[in-house]
Amino acid sequence: MSLILKVEDLNMNYNSGGRPLSVLQSININIEEGETVAITGPSGSGKTTLMGLCAALDNPSSGEITLLGTKISPLNEDERAKLRNRYVGFIFQNFQLLPSLTAIENVMLPLELQGVSGAEKEAVQLLERVGLKDRVTHYPSQLSGGEQQRVALARAFINKPKILFADEPTGNLDGDTGANVESLMFDLNKDFGTTLIIVTHNPELASKTGRIIKLKSGQIVSDVKNILSNIAN
Amino acid sequence: MSGFSFLLKTAYRDSRRNRAKLALFMSSIILGVAALVAINSFNYNLRKEINREAATLLGADLAASGNRPADPEILQILDSLPAEKAREMEMLSMSYIPKTDETQFIRLKAIEGNFPFYGKIKADPSSAAQSFRTGRSALVDESLMLQHGLIPGDSIKIGKIMFEIKGRLGGAIGSIGAVSSVAPAIYINIESLDSTGLIQPGSLINYAYYYKVPESFDVEKWKASRKILFRSESLRVETVEDRKENLNQAFSFLNYFLNLVAIVALLLGCIGVASSVMIYIKSKANSIALLRCLGMRPGQAFLVYFIQISILGLAGVIIGVLAGVILQSVLPLLLKDFLPVQVDISASPRAIIEGFFVGFTVTILFSLLPLVGIRKISPLRTLRTSFDEEESKIDYLRWAIYGAIFTSLIIFLWLLTGSIMAAFIYVAAILISYILLAGLSMLLIRLLRKFIPTNTGFITKQGLSNLFRPDNQTQTIMVTIGMGTAVLTTLLILQSILLNNVSLMDEGKQPNMILYGIETHQMSDLKELTKSYKLPVIQEVPVVTMKIDGWKGKSKIQWMADSTMTSKRWAANREARVTYRDTISDDEKLVSGSIRKYGGAGDSIFVTLGTTFAEAMDVGIGDELVFNVQGTRMVTYISGLREIQFRNLSTRFFIVFPTGVLDEAPQFQVLVTKTPDNTTMSAYRGAVVKAFPNVSVVDLTTILQSVNDILNKVSFIIRFMAIFSLLTGLIVLISSLTLSKYQRLKESILLRTIGATRNQIVRINATEYAFLGTLSAGTGVGIAVISSFFVTKFQLELEFAISWWPVLWIMVSLILITVIIGMFNSRDVINNPPLEVLRKEDS
Repeated sequence: MSLILKVEDLNMNYNSGGRPLSVLQSININIEEGETVAITGPSGSGKTTLMGLCAALDNPSSGEITLLGTKISPLNEDERAKLRNRYVGFIFQNFQLLPSLTAIENVMLPLELQGVSGAEKEAVQLLERVGLKDRVTHYPSQLSGGEQQRVALARAFINKPKILFADEPTGNLDGDTGANVESLMFDLNKDFGTTLIIVTHNPELASKTGRIIKLKSGQIVSDVKNILSNIAN
Repeated sequence: MSGFSFLLKTAYRDSRRNRAKLALFMSSIILGVAALVAINSFNYNLRKEINREAATLLGADLAASGNRPADPEILQILDSLPAEKAREMEMLSMSYIPKTDETQFIRLKAIEGNFPFYGKIKADPSSAAQSFRTGRSALVDESLMLQHGLIPGDSIKIGKIMFEIKGRLGGAIGSIGAVSSVAPAIYINIESLDSTGLIQPGSLINYAYYYKVPESFDVEKWKASRKILFRSESLRVETVEDRKENLNQAFSFLNYFLNLVAIVALLLGCIGVASSVMIYIKSKANSIALLRCLGMRPGQAFLVYFIQISILGLAGVIIGVLAGVILQSVLPLLLKDFLPVQVDISASPRAIIEGFFVGFTVTILFSLLPLVGIRKISPLRTLRTSFDEEESKIDYLRWAIYGAIFTSLIIFLWLLTGSIMAAFIYVAAILISYILLAGLSMLLIRLLRKFIPTNTGFITKQGLSNLFRPDNQTQTIMVTIGMGTAVLTTLLILQSILLNNVSLMDEGKQPNMILYGIETHQMSDLKELTKSYKLPVIQEVPVVTMKIDGWKGKSKIQWMADSTMTSKRWAANREARVTYRDTISDDEKLVSGSIRKYGGAGDSIFVTLGTTFAEAMDVGIGDELVFNVQGTRMVTYISGLREIQFRNLSTRFFIVFPTGVLDEAPQFQVLVTKTPDNTTMSAYRGAVVKAFPNVSVVDLTTILQSVNDILNKVSFIIRFMAIFSLLTGLIVLISSLTLSKYQRLKESILLRTIGATRNQIVRINATEYAFLGTLSAGTGVGIAVISSFFVTKFQLELEFAISWWPVLWIMVSLILITVIIGMFNSRDVINNPPLEVLRKEDS
């Protein structure tokens, strides 16, 4: 298997009230194609910052990230946007659907951005796959939290991403609904052969991934293969 | 799918559920453009009409007029024109209406010849426009006939003669409706005027000579070659071109005010556009971040919203133009009493095209300022809602937009004011105000952060802290409210200064009746008559008419040929009406020099002058002043200068001789009295007109009433136009405060959630908004006072006198409105459960 994400000696500092604050220190990670990885750790440990940097949403203070064989640092904003649009999928804790777009329009968006016409068919298929056939023309405000996250799942997979970043995907959902969304996410991931990186507090969710990276105070404190993941899935 | 059609589709989809949020944006554009189109349309139509009607308004190709008959040699020159001639004598007089046994103050116009050569005298029946020219016939103003129930065939007595009314006069040539309400016009022929007995020494008569030349004759050239000759005379020689220029100049004041309203509406519209788009983009920040996260390029995200704003802006501009077209049809109706021409109520294509382009360009440029910020919205917002966008060092695009705004404002203001200098001054004032407001708000934030009182209660501390906490909108709000206040208050201050300058003196205890043209031998009988009505003789003044022949050692002819002459022509050429006394009247103050009595034959004659007249003549104490007193040359010296109070409506004299010099000169008398009520006034006036037909009775109460009516109309129009700016200003205020709504909402919800009472939330918000309102409105008012001072002094060239109560009232109102709108924005938090509000805002 080939490397899909390579993080080398990554550091991230912020200025907080005039003082430098080190959020991530000397992070090194290699993630191979098809892996499922959970990044866990207490609040403020740098999980979300790490994810933002890996997904080409931000620039590190130092270090290098190589995503799908492309070094991110030299890319300008437009090149990063293109990279995300073609190869990256996202799922957020607070769903992040565009409130003025219907469910199908939200799902089609990544393909439309690529200039693909006739994305409706694929979008409907994906919405059917996540059980929202009857909600195609509903606006986000007309959907429940679980339904909104399922639309977000459909949107995340419509561009057949090589890598999917999920930030606390079930964090805003109740137990049953969360479980439902989780299983849909893993199923779709398997079907599309996508690399999955989940940022979570939830040990149960983390235990379903093949590898768990633990962060504490901006440093990796453990990076282990989860041999029980196949049993869980 | 092509890139652009995707952007169009996304722009459409994104706007679908948000159009109401752009209502403020649309309103700003609509109001600004409507005012611009309406005002410019009216101005262009007025100018076009004046140019078209100038010949009709003058009634001839050339007119010469003055307050004394033209000298024979000048008349000879004028008569050498290959032209058809006419003559007019005009005076204010009393008339008597036998049908109602009432008297009426009139403007008598006696005509000889076929005047007007251009245009027609509007008469009913139309034959009356000719029939008044022979015999004892009169054409009488229709309002006067209506007022006294007169019909053609009735009689009216003017001076000693009874005239037959031949018809109704629709409007005197070139006159303004509002003026005729003071003294309605009556046309008669010149031969009849002689027999009225109204022409007496001292009668105030305006003499006019009219000429119609063949089309091939260049009257402008003819006049230009005799310019110096006419300059030394008191005759005013006017051609059609001069009339156009004079009329345009006369209406420049109205034009100036209307332009000011248009500029204010436009500037407020600009602020409104910028702040409402800023609110919109702020509410869209998360959507933009998500689009960026999904792979939309910064430029594409910018274009999505640029397309939305451009299309809505275009719609707003079109609606604004249509509203302006409708509105412009109202302006000529409002102003009809003040215009000498009937202004077309069709929209001017030039105004429409200008309004469209100016409106659209301004909308796009001012929208671009907040829109370019979209490029800086990071996709990281999707992960962290409190993410702060990183500011790049220099945003060249933003600076390019500032440059474009600066250039376009200069061009538009240049178009509006017609002066590049004025345009630069306006833009400089805006820039300085901006810097001042932005600087002050930064200072405020620093000071509050450092010195916020620790011993104040939670409410005050919380309210004030909101002003400097992260993501505060203090600077934006202070700049927008402050700028809006400054622009609006400047307009209101200037409005009150303009109104004050046209308003007249109070009626109070002043004399209300002046009788002039009294021959000396009639004086004792007239005084008897006055006393029989138990009326006081407040003033009894002799008046001698004379001309100025020279000053400071040179004759008038020498001065007129001298290009370095600093004296004003009007002062040197006027027929001087002079009195003699050795005292200072109640309305005067001796500001320099003294009053020197005449010691008898051989002694030098010392006169005193009014300060205004002395300034106009550029003479001072000790200077020589030579008069021609009805043929006799009289050398005098200036011994004192008097400041004359113009608040009193009694007689006032620029030149006062000592007693003993003019006592035997041909003169007439003026008597000033005060009548207690209308009945006495009417009876007394009737008795005077009957017994002394040559005496003119000027009833100041009626004139004051008419002038007040005119002033009321003027102030109504000014206020009507100011409503535009007020409405746009209100939109700016709402937009500015809505900016802060998004910031405060979540904080207030959180406070509510952890148990803050409704009362506490209200007080916290009220503290914040009251402080913001006070500081921004205060600074805005300060800027307004300074800017209106400069405009009044240097552009309007009027006295700057500000009444502080209205200014204070404006300030308090703005603070109150700020607090009310701020509270209105927080009503959801106050009245609904926190979660409901959050859900609503998120959707």
